[in-house]
Amino acid sequence: MLPAFSVSQLVHHYGQRCALDHLDLEIERGELFAILGPNGGGKTTLFRLLSTLIPIQQGSIRILGHDVTSHAALVRSRLGVVFQAPSLDRKLTVRENLHYQGPLYGLGGRELRERASQMLGRLGLTDREHDLVETLSGGLRRRVELAKGLLHRPPLLLLDEPSTGLDPGARSDLWNYLRQIRDEDGVTVVLTTHLLEEADKVDRLAILNQGRLVALDTPDNLRATVGGDSIMIDSPDPAVLAGEVAARFDCAAKVVEGRVRLEQPDGHRLVAQLVEAFPGRVQSITLGKPSLEDVFIDRTGHRFWNAEDDGAAAGGAGERNGKKAGRR
Amino acid sequence: MTTVLPQQQQPAVEQAASVGCPAAVIRALCGRELVRFFRQRNRVIGALGQPLVFWILFAAGLGPSFRMPGQQAGVSYGEYFFPGVVVLIILFTAIFATISIIEDRREGFLQSVLVAPIPRWSMVLGKLLGGTLIALVQALVFLALGLFVGLKFTVLSVLAISVFLFILSLALTGLGFIIAWRMDSTQGFHAIMSVFLMPMWLLSGAFFPAGAGWLGWVVRLNPLTYGVAGLRRLLYWASANTLPAELPSAATCWIITGLFAAVTLALSWRVAAYRTTGDLL
Repeated sequence: MLPAFSVSQLVHHYGQRCALDHLDLEIERGELFAILGPNGGGKTTLFRLLSTLIPIQQGSIRILGHDVTSHAALVRSRLGVVFQAPSLDRKLTVRENLHYQGPLYGLGGRELRERASQMLGRLGLTDREHDLVETLSGGLRRRVELAKGLLHRPPLLLLDEPSTGLDPGARSDLWNYLRQIRDEDGVTVVLTTHLLEEADKVDRLAILNQGRLVALDTPDNLRATVGGDSIMIDSPDPAVLAGEVAARFDCAAKVVEGRVRLEQPDGHRLVAQLVEAFPGRVQSITLGKPSLEDVFIDRTGHRFWNAEDDGAAAGGAGERNGKKAGRR
Repeated sequence: MTTVLPQQQQPAVEQAASVGCPAAVIRALCGRELVRFFRQRNRVIGALGQPLVFWILFAAGLGPSFRMPGQQAGVSYGEYFFPGVVVLIILFTAIFATISIIEDRREGFLQSVLVAPIPRWSMVLGKLLGGTLIALVQALVFLALGLFVGLKFTVLSVLAISVFLFILSLALTGLGFIIAWRMDSTQGFHAIMSVFLMPMWLLSGAFFPAGAGWLGWVVRLNPLTYGVAGLRRLLYWASANTLPAELPSAATCWIITGLFAAVTLALSWRVAAYRTTGDLL
């Protein structure tokens, strides 16, 4: 089967700034795929190119085997696109939004009405279909966006930062629905995100940094490449404790945002030893499996957040992990 | 992981594109404009109300001191000004209908149209026809008020007026589209409105007859002049001999207004082919 998306040697510049640097990427059909990266990493540019919103400068994209530039209309008819900025007409009702979307994809008349009703039903919007979009909550609007994007039964769905602005409940609904269309309709779902915890929910992910692909695999495989567990210790005097831990257990213990942090294989054993070795000085201790952020740090040498600001300068691991470990 | 695709055969079912039929696209986008416009009551009031207020106040204020030159000496200012007000309504409505393209862009609606499998010109035409119909409806509503200043209509003249105003509205929506397409804020559009569009209307023979000297030339070079003059001729269909002799002929008015529409239409199509950074929110 032809891959859903096949990106080859893609380069994109905004003036002098290079947003994508010779990117190669293949996304299989039926995958729930995330393009993860810090802001400025190039994922939105990639989304715009994949969605045909902006023309390709250099390189090529094939969607279901068709070249995006030479078969634009065909490719566009296969894509459902959900933008980060809402694309709904707020002055229209939910149903009207679908009604005016249909003809853009060759749907009309009874077929369109039935399909719209079906989508509204599946997304739990039937009782709101006559409400103006501007009266809906963010979560409901995102559902209408999905209904609109999926109206013409596209085999591929592209979403740009779909969780932005959603509360946790709506976010969870969204993910359930994305899994559902992947499983039941065989839709290939590709989304961009800057949220590490979201990227953990997908089948495969690509990590982009400064326009380059730094990792491409399943979340588990990626984490496995880092190795070791991370241990965080809360202590009244973290600096002193870090020094003593480093000396006694021969490991690189560092102070990160007021806590002692170290990475060690077989972390669970070390936790017991640490608590015994420093009685009264360990207020709390958490053990975590390596996160995708650890993968990011491992591949790029700097932390995920604000990567575009401190870029090359942030090679030092001292403050690299500002996020809590041990949640998982 | 570079991918060089072998010459695989494509699944037959995926060859056909379910692209939007242009006529259906135009109808849908045009319908959306109409629904949006009439749903926002303040827009209806703004487009009809301001010209109406202008008409009443100027007719009352300038009426006593206004004297038409020549044969039309008996015409009141309210009557003279009437076609100009109709054109003002069209100008306002057409222009405000097209600046909604800026809102479409800012609100994100445009993105979903731009990635749809439709020819770009169908998007342009849908937008322009929507604005044109809104302007036409408003102008025709206002025309009914002409009965109060003694204008007489026949079925034929109303038909001719409708066709003429349709072409004029198309020209002005096109003009609005050309200006609005590259703009990313409606504030910028308001600046253009006051330094370009309002003077264009003021110097179209709508407000005062074309005089001699440089002002007369500006009026003659202004394409909108022929819109106002054409409408004036159609309003006095049965009594053309009472119109001032220097008024452009009906044929000139139709031709120039038609050309005006053709040019703005072609330019709208052309500018829309270029993507602007504003496409990206």
